[in-house]
Amino acid sequence: MGKQVLLIEDEPNIIEAIRFILSRDGWDVRTHSNGLDAFEAARARLPDVIILDVMLPGKSGFDILAEIRADAALADTPVLMLTARGQKKDREMAERAGASHYMTKPFSNAEILETVRQMVVP
Amino acid sequence: MATLNILVLVCLSYVALLFAVAFAADRAALRGRGTWLRSPLVYTLSLSIYCTAWTFYGAVGFAARSGLEFLTIYLGPTLVVIGWWWALRKMVRVGRSQRITSIADLISSRYGKSNTLAVFVTVLAVVGTTPYIALQLQSVTFSFAAFAETGPGTGQALNRDVTAFWLALGLALFTILFGTRNLDANERHHGVVMAIALEAVVKLFALLAVGVFVVWGLSGGVSETLARIDASKIATWDVSASRWVGVTALSAAAFLCLPRMFQVMVVENEDEDHLRTAAWAFPAYLMLMSLFVVPIAVVGLDLLEGTNPDLFVLSLPLSQGQDGLAILAFLGGFSSATSMVIVAAIALSTMVSNHIVMPIWLNMTGGSAVISGDVRQVALLARRLSIAGVVFLGYLYFTISGGGTALAKIGLVSFAGVAQFLPALLGGLFWRGATRMGAMTGLAIGSVVWLYSLFLPSFGPAVILSEGIMQQGLLGLSWLRPQALFGSEGMDPLVHAVMWSMLLNTAGFVLVSLLSFPKPIERLQGAQFVNVYEHSPTSGGWTGGLAQTEDLLIMAQRIMGPTQAQTFFAGAAGGQGIGGYLPEPSPDFLQALERELSGSVGAAAAHAMVGQIVGGASVSVEDLMAVADETAQIMEYSSKLEAKSAELTRTARKLREANDKLTQLSRQKDAFLSQVSHELRTPMTSIRAFSEILRDTKGLKAGEAGKYASVIHDEAIRLTRLLDDLLDLSVLENGQVNLNVQSGTLADLLDRAAAAAGGEAATLKIRRRRGDEDIILSTDLDRLAQVFINLIANARKYCDAAQPVLTIETRMSGETLLVDFTDNGSGIPVDKQDVIFEKFSRIGDTKAGGAGLGLAICREIMARLGGQVTYLPGQQGAAFRVSLPLEQRVAAQ
Repeated sequence: MGKQVLLIEDEPNIIEAIRFILSRDGWDVRTHSNGLDAFEAARARLPDVIILDVMLPGKSGFDILAEIRADAALADTPVLMLTARGQKKDREMAERAGASHYMTKPFSNAEILETVRQMVVP
Repeated sequence: MATLNILVLVCLSYVALLFAVAFAADRAALRGRGTWLRSPLVYTLSLSIYCTAWTFYGAVGFAARSGLEFLTIYLGPTLVVIGWWWALRKMVRVGRSQRITSIADLISSRYGKSNTLAVFVTVLAVVGTTPYIALQLQSVTFSFAAFAETGPGTGQALNRDVTAFWLALGLALFTILFGTRNLDANERHHGVVMAIALEAVVKLFALLAVGVFVVWGLSGGVSETLARIDASKIATWDVSASRWVGVTALSAAAFLCLPRMFQVMVVENEDEDHLRTAAWAFPAYLMLMSLFVVPIAVVGLDLLEGTNPDLFVLSLPLSQGQDGLAILAFLGGFSSATSMVIVAAIALSTMVSNHIVMPIWLNMTGGSAVISGDVRQVALLARRLSIAGVVFLGYLYFTISGGGTALAKIGLVSFAGVAQFLPALLGGLFWRGATRMGAMTGLAIGSVVWLYSLFLPSFGPAVILSEGIMQQGLLGLSWLRPQALFGSEGMDPLVHAVMWSMLLNTAGFVLVSLLSFPKPIERLQGAQFVNVYEHSPTSGGWTGGLAQTEDLLIMAQRIMGPTQAQTFFAGAAGGQGIGGYLPEPSPDFLQALERELSGSVGAAAAHAMVGQIVGGASVSVEDLMAVADETAQIMEYSSKLEAKSAELTRTARKLREANDKLTQLSRQKDAFLSQVSHELRTPMTSIRAFSEILRDTKGLKAGEAGKYASVIHDEAIRLTRLLDDLLDLSVLENGQVNLNVQSGTLADLLDRAAAAAGGEAATLKIRRRRGDEDIILSTDLDRLAQVFINLIANARKYCDAAQPVLTIETRMSGETLLVDFTDNGSGIPVDKQDVIFEKFSRIGDTKAGGAGLGLAICREIMARLGGQVTYLPGQQGAAFRVSLPLEQRVAAQ
C-alpha cells in the first residue's frame, strides 16, 4: 500500500488526469472537489501529501492552506498548490501561506509526479 | 404829468405786449410749433432773471457806494456756470428724472420724501424771498416816483402804496394766467419763459442804451469817461478781501439755491445741452450788464450829488431831459422787477401749494380724495391762491417796512437765507451718506444763525432785536452777540453771518448724517440722486389697475427671477378666477406678494416697494428698478456662486465616482486576466495531461484511450467557445455587427432560449405566462435569443436559493416591449449593480462559471437592437429587464 495523497480540485478532467498519473506510480489517490469542507476532509484522512487547487467553489485554496497550517495534526503535511492564474503575486501569496510547492497549470505529468515524490522523501 | 401819463401808457402797452408774447408762445408750444421756444438762447436769457431790479438799479448804487465790489454779485454766478457746469448738469438731470417741481421738492425728495423738510425749505424760501419781492415793488414805485417828481405835475404826490398795489395785482394776475395753465408743475411754462426772455433783452438793451448815453453823450467818449473814473472816489475805494470772497461765494451759492433760479434753470429746462450754451452766454450777458455800471455811477455821482444813487440809471437821463431814454430805462427796471416777481411767485407758489396747502387739504379731507378731477381743481386753486398770497406778502412787507433804506441791503440778506440750502443740496447730489436728519439739522442751525445774526438785525437797530441784545448778546451772554458770535468781533456783519451760518450748517449736516441711519427710502433716493447718470432718465407714472399689476410683475421679476415671479402671479390670477399673469391688485394679493418679496430683499424693502407702486406715490418705477436691479445683481451673483459651488461638488462627486469606477475596472481587469488565464489554462491542463498520458503510457486500454481523447476534444471546444465569446464581444463593441432581421413570436424565442440554457435540467424552475408572450417580433432573433439564454443561464448558475425559480414576465409599455427575468435568489449587492454589465465582471472571486463576458455581451447586443438590458433593483432576487422598442423593427428593416 503506497502513501496517500489527497487531491482537492474541482475540475473533473484534471482530477481524472492526476489520479491516473499518481495511481500508476503506486499512490493512494483520494479526491475532494469542494472548498467549503476541504479542511475537514484533510483532517479526517491525514494524508501524506495534499495537492490543493487555488480556485475552488466555496472557499479559496489560500484559506484552506491557512487552516491546514494552523492545525497541529496537519501542520507538517506537505502541500502542493496548483493554480491556473499564472501571476507572480499568486506564487508569493502561496509561499506566504506556507505552501511546500507551487505549480502553475498546465503542468507536465512527469513534473507533478517528480514533485510529489520529492515531497514525501524525509 | 404828461410824462407820467405817457409812462403809464407805455407801461400798460408793454405789459400788453408781454401778455401777447406769452400767449403766442403758449399757443405755439401747444401746437408743437416754435422749436425756437426751446432754443438754448431762450434758456440763457431766462437765466437772466438773476438780474433783478436790485441789480439793474442797485448795481449802480452799489458801485457808487462801494466801488467795484458790485462785481462780486456777477462773479459768483459766472464761476458757477463756467466752473460748476457739471454740478448744474447733474442737478438738471436729477430734476428731470425725478420730476422735481422746486428746490424744496428736490431736497425733500432726496431725503426720503420728507414733507417736514419740504415745509422747512418752503418756509425759509418764503421768508427769504418775500423781502426780495418787496424790493422789486419798491424799485418800480420809486422809479414811478422819480418820474412824478421831475414831471410837470409835481404837485400831485403819487401814492406809493397805491402804485405798488396795482403793480402787485397786475403781476399776480399775469403769473396766475400764465403760470398755472397746467397742473403739472414739472411742465414748461413756455409763455412765461418767453416773456422773461423778452424782458431780459429789454433790460439789457435799456442799460446799454443808458450806458452809451452816459459815456458818449455826457462824458464825450471812452477816454474822457476813463479819466472821470480815475478822478472819482470809486477808483480809490479800498475793497475788503473778506467781503470780496464772502459775497462772491454767497452769490454763487444763491445762484444755485434761489427758488426762482431753480425754477428757470432746472424746472423749465428743456434740454441738458442748453447748459453748454449757457456756460458761455450767461457770463457774457452778465458782463454786458456790468459794462456801464461804473461810468453811470461816476457820472451820476458827479452830476446828481446827494440824490439816491440807486436811481442813477433813471435819474441821469431824466435830469438831462432825455424822456425817451428815461422811459426805456424805466422799462428796463420794470422788466427786471416783473420777471423776478413772476418767476419767484411761480416757484414759491408751487412749493407752498405742494408742500403746505395740499398736505393740509388732503389731511382735512381724510386723504380720501381718489377722484382725480377733484384733486386737480384743488391743486390749481391752491397754486393760484399761493401766487396771490406770495405777491401779497411782498406787497405787505413793502408797505409795513415803509420802503426804507433797510430794503437796500435785503438782496444780500435774502441771498444768505437761501444759501442755507446749499449743504443739503450739494450733499444730496454728491454724497450718498447724507441723511434726512443731517439735512434737517444743518438747515435748522443755519437758518437760526442766519435769522439771528443777519435777518433780524437787518430791520435796523431796536426794531426787532433790542439794542441790549445787539450789544450784550442774548440773555446777556456776550458770545451770543448777533454780529460777534463766539467773540468774532470786528467782522463785516454780512461776512460774519454767512461764515457762521454756513459753517455751523455744514458741520451739523455732515456730523448728523454720519451719526444717523438713513431710512430705506432715503437710501433709495440717495442712490437715485447721486448715481443719476446710471439710471434711466425717464420717469413713469401709473394709472392704476392692471398697469400697476404689470409694474409689480416687472419689479417682482427683477427680484424673484422671471419664472418664479410669473408662476406666482399666474397662480394669484388663477386664484382670482382670471387667466394670464396679471391678477387684480387686491389687498390679499399685495400682502402675499410683499411676503414673497420680503424673502428676497427683506421685509422693509418689500413693504416700501409694494407700497410705492400701489400707493402711486412719488417714487417712480425706475427708482424701484434701480434698487431691484441692484438686488437682482447681488442675488444673481450669490446664486451664481452657489451654482458654481454646487457644480464643483457635483464635478467632485463625478470625479470620485469615475475614479472609483476606474479603480474597480482596473481591479476587474486584473481579475479578468487571472480569469482568462484560468479559463484558458484549465482546459489546456486537461489537454496537456491527457495528451501526455496518451503519448507516454504503454498498454492503455482501448476504452481509456477513447475516453481521454474525447476529454481532449471537449476541452478544445471549451477553449474555442471562450475565444468565440471574446471575439464576439470585441466585434459588438466595435459596432461591426450585421443584424439578421427575422420575424417570430416572443414565446417561441423564449422556448428556444430556455432549452438552449439547459432548461430541461430540473435545477431551475422557469415560470412564464405564455398568454402575454404572443407578441410578434421583427428583429435579429438569434441575437435576442443569445441575450435570453445568457440571462437564463446566469439564473441557473448564480441563483443561490434552495429551489431556484426564474420568473419571466412580459408586458408592453407603450411601444416598448419589456421582458423581466427575476429569480428568487439573494440578488446582486448594490455596490456591484453598477459593474455587472462591464466586461470581465464576475460576482465573487471564486465562483465557478463563465469568464464574466455574458452580461457585457447582452448589453452590447441590446444596444445594437435599439433597446437595453438593465438591472432592476428592489425585486426579491436578481432581476434583469430587457426592453426593446417595437417600432425599432421598422428602422431595422
